[in-house]
Amino acid sequence: MSEHHIGAHDPLNVTNPEHADHHIVSPGQYVLVYVTLLILTGVTVGAAYIPLGVFNPVVALLIACIKGAVVILFFMHAIYQSRLIKLTIGSGFFLFLVLIMMTMLDYMSRAWGAW
Amino acid sequence: MDNSFSAPHYDDTEPLIVHVPALEHHSTPQHRHHFETEEQQREAGSFGMWLFLLTEIMFFGGMFFAYLLYRNWYYPAFAAASNQLSVPLGAINTAILITSGFAMALGVYYAEIRDRKKLVFALVLTTVFGLAFLGVKYFEYKEKYELHHIPGDKFSVAMFVNPHAYELTKDEPPLAPDMAEKTQVFFFLYFAMTGMHALHMIIGLGLLVWLIARARRGDFSTGYVAPIENFGLYWHFVDIVWIFLFPLLYLINRHPLK
Repeated sequence: MSEHHIGAHDPLNVTNPEHADHHIVSPGQYVLVYVTLLILTGVTVGAAYIPLGVFNPVVALLIACIKGAVVILFFMHAIYQSRLIKLTIGSGFFLFLVLIMMTMLDYMSRAWGAW
Repeated sequence: MDNSFSAPHYDDTEPLIVHVPALEHHSTPQHRHHFETEEQQREAGSFGMWLFLLTEIMFFGGMFFAYLLYRNWYYPAFAAASNQLSVPLGAINTAILITSGFAMALGVYYAEIRDRKKLVFALVLTTVFGLAFLGVKYFEYKEKYELHHIPGDKFSVAMFVNPHAYELTKDEPPLAPDMAEKTQVFFFLYFAMTGMHALHMIIGLGLLVWLIARARRGDFSTGYVAPIENFGLYWHFVDIVWIFLFPLLYLINRHPLK
């Protein structure tokens, strides 16, 4: 019974999946994330000047997604949060995808100019 | 069985001590009584903050979707109009905003380790870089105003119809007048998206002033981190929006295809 407390030795929330262990991110890790973000900003600008045809926006969005993920996971501590919070974040992006998909379906399947 | 009832005997010489386990959690002043533990309270706060950020994703998402459609419809106009934005200013602003976010992240750390002075310093840095971002944005907007590139009845398509007459756009192919009109759509989305982003920053800076005042008082250096942490979530979200805005608005066509 004494194992049921929310302790520092339960990082995977096995005993109590509702709660995440309280985690303090070290400044060193923040510096690492910061440098990564600056480098990726440089890469975005550099990649924009290389002619890649249709892949230019793809590369730009890919880098932006990586940067966004890094910010969410480490600056916003998502990686250390409970399953509830992780699922909440995931559901937000899922809903955004639904918004894009549903509207795109209408946009692409409509007989533009045929009425 | 002894069913006899006897009144509880109180010893008048000893004070009556009532043990209510729930009340014994009240070790810190920030802990509200309707939360079992402080950790639960903290998570409920994070959960609420994230729910708010989800509505923000949908809010900005609508504008990003409008951008996606119009960019496909009026690509030549979007490419020409995007080339009128300054990549150096946009890139510097991205770096400034990331630095501001980094300072905010450090602020959360200093609140966690209960270092009042460094927390205040980190929050001030966050504010300074946030203001620097808006300052750069001001000069960008001002240039667009002077070039008549703000959508409305003063909007001028001259630079897009006859680019060879303008120093900045000598290499741009001229646009047909009807397509050149569509540069207004790009600038409308540019001002709507960066404007809403800037509004979020202004609100954030207002909150920062309030947080700095409270941090100076020592409110967040006794283990009460939630307001700093949740404001951090908001500030980083605003960062992420800009991380997407920068390549989508500034870097559409910097690689002229032959």
